[in-house]
Amino acid sequence: MNRYFWIVGAFAGLVTLLAVGLNLNPHDVPSPLVGKPAPAFQLNVLSTPEKTLSPKDMQGKVWLLNVWSSWCVSCRAEHPVLVQFSKNSDVPLLGLNYKEVRGDGEFDMSKLNADQERKLAFQRASQWLSQHGDPYTLTLMDLDGRVGIDYGVYGVPETYVIDKTGTIRMKHTGPIDPEVLEKKILPLVAELNK
Amino acid sequence: MIARALCLAFALFAGSLVHAGEAAPLADDPVAEKRLQELSTELRCLVCQNQTIADSNAELAQDLRREIRGMIQAGQSDKQIIDFMVTRYGDFVLYRPPVKGITLLLWGGPAALLLLGIFALLRYLRQRATRLAEELPLSTEDAQQAEKLLKEISQK
Repeated sequence: MNRYFWIVGAFAGLVTLLAVGLNLNPHDVPSPLVGKPAPAFQLNVLSTPEKTLSPKDMQGKVWLLNVWSSWCVSCRAEHPVLVQFSKNSDVPLLGLNYKEVRGDGEFDMSKLNADQERKLAFQRASQWLSQHGDPYTLTLMDLDGRVGIDYGVYGVPETYVIDKTGTIRMKHTGPIDPEVLEKKILPLVAELNK
Repeated sequence: MIARALCLAFALFAGSLVHAGEAAPLADDPVAEKRLQELSTELRCLVCQNQTIADSNAELAQDLRREIRGMIQAGQSDKQIIDFMVTRYGDFVLYRPPVKGITLLLWGGPAALLLLGIFALLRYLRQRATRLAEELPLSTEDAQQAEKLLKEISQK
């Protein structure tokens, strides 16, 4: 009797371990940037291309940074949630457009020079936003994905919550659904705004 | 059969073509290219997680290879390059994560399980031996026969 108890116990333990392990999302990689200052950048603004913005300009505000692209299918899925959010909330939501042209895979980059890429990226991004609605306070253009690397972006969409001191407080990888927004992001923003 | 062989040959050929399409190496600097190779086999591609940055053709892996190449050209050390990756993507980016509190189970787990298994086996075997000896003691007849057989063996 005692013997079976051990065998069944060990087996149950193994099953539990595997059940928990297999239900984890392997793409949910904890970001080492949480708790660290948001990496600096200086990027052009989509609506006013002659102007640039850096995270320092957002100091004193709790804000969201949402990484997106017009070729990103999951971004389309989360977009209505963001549009709704922007209507109901005055929390600044900044878009980081990630590799609009070169990330698409539709273009032969050897045939596009930097100016052409830039022009095409701005045009495609604005068109997409006018088509699907623009929830962003403003959108920053990361043409070559360099800023994406600094933020540890590995799959769009990704969203960062950044506090008043410019520290990253949360990172969400993958599309935001209403539940994530209501249960994780909004409470955190409210808390940080206190 | 021939069709299969052809298929295989074609697959191998296509495979080598894909490799040929890799980002252009620093042909003029084989040492740097070798370092890039070594570094990128230590780093995990976060998109296709069971591949290294060296193996993966994902966009991000290409970007990161380009980044590493730039850092090598800028004269940065291997440690600086690895640290650059870890500050952005965490320990997960390392194919061999460092031994520390949170990874202790990962490194020590297999050894601990092996020891546990050996311990359980030894315990089981010992219990079994005593149990058999208690449950099935030899009859005097059997004991005599066993002694006889043992003697025969030792005489040979």
